[in-house]
Amino acid sequence: MSHDPTDAPALDQRVHFYQVGSFAVGNRLLNADDRTVQSSAQRTNSIDSGHRACQGCGEALGARYALDAAMRATNGRLLAVNATGCLEVFSTPYPETSWRIPWLHSLFGNAPAVATGVSAAMRVKGREDVRVVAQAGDGGTVDIGFGTLSGMFERNDDVLFICYDNEGYMNTGVQRSAATPPAARTATTDVVGDEPGNPFGQGKDLPRIAMAHDIPYVATATVADLHDLERKVERAMSLRGARYLHVFVPCPLGWGAASNETIHLARLAQSTGLFPVFEAERGVVTNVLPIRRWSPVEEYLTLQRRYAHLVGPRGRPDIVARLQAIADANVVRYGLLPDERNDGEDD
Amino acid sequence: MFQVRIHGRGGQGVVTAAELLAVAAFNEGRHAQAFPSFGSERTGAPVVSYCRIDDREIRTREPVMAPDAVIVQDVTLIHQVDLFGGLGPDGYVLINTSRRIAELGLDDLDERFRPERLATCPATELAIEHVGRAVPNAALLGAFAALADQVPLEAIGVALRDRFGGVVGEQNFAAATAAFEHVTRGREAITRAATT
Amino acid sequence: MLRQLEGSRAIAETVALCRPEVVCAYPISPQTHIIEAIGRMVKDGSLAPCEFINVESEFAAMSVSIGASAAGARAYTATASQGLLFMIEAVYNAAGLGLPIVMTLANRAIGAPINIWNDHSDAMAVRDTGWIQLFAETNQEAADLHVQAFRLAEELSVPVMVCMDGFILTHAVEGVDLLDQATVDRFLPPYEPRQVLDPDDPVSIGAMVGPEAFEEVRYLAHLRQLDALDQIPVIADAFAELTGRASGGLVHPYRTADADTIVVAMGSVLGTIKDAVDRRREAGDRVGVLGITSFRPFPIAAVRRALSGARRVVVIEKAFSLGMGGVLATDVSMATLGSTAVLSTVVAGLGGRPIPRRSVEETIERAGRDQLTPLSFLDLDDGIIERERGRMARTRRSGPFAENVLRDLRQAKEGRP
Repeated sequence: MSHDPTDAPALDQRVHFYQVGSFAVGNRLLNADDRTVQSSAQRTNSIDSGHRACQGCGEALGARYALDAAMRATNGRLLAVNATGCLEVFSTPYPETSWRIPWLHSLFGNAPAVATGVSAAMRVKGREDVRVVAQAGDGGTVDIGFGTLSGMFERNDDVLFICYDNEGYMNTGVQRSAATPPAARTATTDVVGDEPGNPFGQGKDLPRIAMAHDIPYVATATVADLHDLERKVERAMSLRGARYLHVFVPCPLGWGAASNETIHLARLAQSTGLFPVFEAERGVVTNVLPIRRWSPVEEYLTLQRRYAHLVGPRGRPDIVARLQAIADANVVRYGLLPDERNDGEDD
Repeated sequence: MFQVRIHGRGGQGVVTAAELLAVAAFNEGRHAQAFPSFGSERTGAPVVSYCRIDDREIRTREPVMAPDAVIVQDVTLIHQVDLFGGLGPDGYVLINTSRRIAELGLDDLDERFRPERLATCPATELAIEHVGRAVPNAALLGAFAALADQVPLEAIGVALRDRFGGVVGEQNFAAATAAFEHVTRGREAITRAATT
Repeated sequence: MLRQLEGSRAIAETVALCRPEVVCAYPISPQTHIIEAIGRMVKDGSLAPCEFINVESEFAAMSVSIGASAAGARAYTATASQGLLFMIEAVYNAAGLGLPIVMTLANRAIGAPINIWNDHSDAMAVRDTGWIQLFAETNQEAADLHVQAFRLAEELSVPVMVCMDGFILTHAVEGVDLLDQATVDRFLPPYEPRQVLDPDDPVSIGAMVGPEAFEEVRYLAHLRQLDALDQIPVIADAFAELTGRASGGLVHPYRTADADTIVVAMGSVLGTIKDAVDRRREAGDRVGVLGITSFRPFPIAAVRRALSGARRVVVIEKAFSLGMGGVLATDVSMATLGSTAVLSTVVAGLGGRPIPRRSVEETIERAGRDQLTPLSFLDLDDGIIERERGRMARTRRSGPFAENVLRDLRQAKEGRP
């Protein structure tokens, strides 16, 4: 895989790196092979700057990397469908748009079906070189869009569906979704009563549900490892049929986290085992991103106000232990720590 | 306008019978309209279908409430539904049975309707014999052609061949022809009895 | 060629002649035969190129149509009743995005109580969505309206719904003269979208619009509907020139010229009403019928013109707004504003209740004697109503209407008190 600008496809949207103004962007100090798509001045800039996402928005970051990678993988022959949600709202404040790729927003719960229609149109017109990506937040994926997503999966329609999971309805003011983790505070799962925050024993594990459809490709990723995210987008775009990519995107606003902690939180979600990062093809796990440096969940929880009721002197170690058990179960299920856990020794 | 109401049970081709009759009339250059009673009926449930035949455009969409002919595809309906409601004294009655009218427990039929306009026909038996399936509709259409002089047997044959095609079309027409002959013989017997 | 065939079959074959490129299917009675027949044509290759997609809900059916249409494909689907309500969010969206989707609505009642039979409640529930709604009187007109619908939709960039009475038309076998491919191709040019998803010319479709422009956007959509009032007759005329058939247009007046009583209605019941009018004419009554073909946009001027000589206007409609009255009648009243004509609404045919010609004649006679109340219900079983009202008066928790009424009907049938 090479991202050297000299052999990149000639795309017409040049980019100014004024966000950072240094060579730090996209790891441009690395060898060409190790750089991300973002390091190229000829990346497509699918989502232009000037949009209205919050400072530190994980979704904006994830979407930019995912779509630019998809644009590169398809040689710029890409159409995007978007569900209602933060990404849609912050990218198209009237009368402006941040999208420099063809982009269609219809409704909250129908992005998978709309994408099916777009894909069918391309097929019927013999333009199968033009590929389709649909994207939604976790609400638009695991809740209101679930029916149309499952339909798109089972028909194996030629669509890559990307879920940007920030674990709640952030656009409407931080309410609980079926992707909200246990014990997390949201506006509809307040920290009152015996079981403060979101109840245990609920929620949907969408990557596994997607795998149960036996679709060609299912993968998870986080914005902490953008190389990994880009690689998975490229793998997905090399395949035909229904593909699903579930990207973990911290939300500083909804989680009560500092905006400079977005990458850190995404990394901790992976390194605690709370968010397993893996790939599956036709329902079988083919690759797992092992935990390099294991962290206890408390390290992750402490950085977020949505978990403030669990930690500190008046915290709930019993609930923290239950969350730790969930992380531990993920470690076992996906084999995230092939060797004996060696916490702390690498520090 | 000539209006036919067909009673039967789901799976007996009641709706198809009305359609075939309409197609046969259409093929004879007449206007025709066929429609079912629009139920969500399942196999075995009572079903009604209708057919209107006219020499001019048929505009009405009301169900057939005063039919000129009633065709009963399933004799087990006799005491279940009002089969002859709205049928006037000059109406035609055609019942699928191997028995005679008198044996059906419908003693008043002879009094209510003109005897030469009453007929029974063993349509199910004829269907089994000629088609190999107990679907009496094609045979009953042949019988109806003999009874009511609305559509000729040949037009029924065209509709059947068009609908089923090939061997099955011929088999259905054979059943219709046999039923046509059965009813014709019965009518001739009635005419002879009346004139002697 | 004139053929004797089922209404649904006539629609399926006509839609196929219109060369749809993406067709979505989700089963609901009474539209299923249409979509089944199209599915067969796609599968056996007689309709190509076309993508036929079995979706998981009506919401998905309209959503797939939205995606296909936005990507430049001619899109078609069909639904009815609950299915239309299930997709209603996407129905609004298709119109808001200006996508020229054509949909057949096999008109059917809405529950509860669940009812699969015909009335116009479903169409009335989406009258404000921004779709053009055309009502067919016969299967011939229903077939013809589909060809006109694609042209109208694509000329104006507005979705069009062809409404045809469920079962009464969809399942009726009657003579329909289907067009040939060359004629349809002459009438309906290939779809050239105004705005399309295309990698070579990226656009954002479906962006948010705030208070600063939303009202203007809606007003412009209204103007587009008013444009349709001009276009619908033009397209109907062009169609008549090509085929010799007077299908479509805004309204169909029948014997209204000297009529002092005019019945207004939509859909297949117009045939029955015309028969009733002819009989009243024979009896010396000066009666006519005004069939409304275009319900949205509502042709106020054309209706006003047609009703201008009438002293009485009787709207027979297969839907009503609970707690208010007629829906079509409310629109008709906008056309009779300032006139001295007496307007009566007769709600009829709900949930598949037959509308007998005899009852229509009686209604016309009563209207002629000025005995029609402003709102009445055709052939209402007053006994059932009185019994249920009595029950409600006696006990506060008298149970659900539907079950009580069914029990009453059964007891009446069995001869019990």
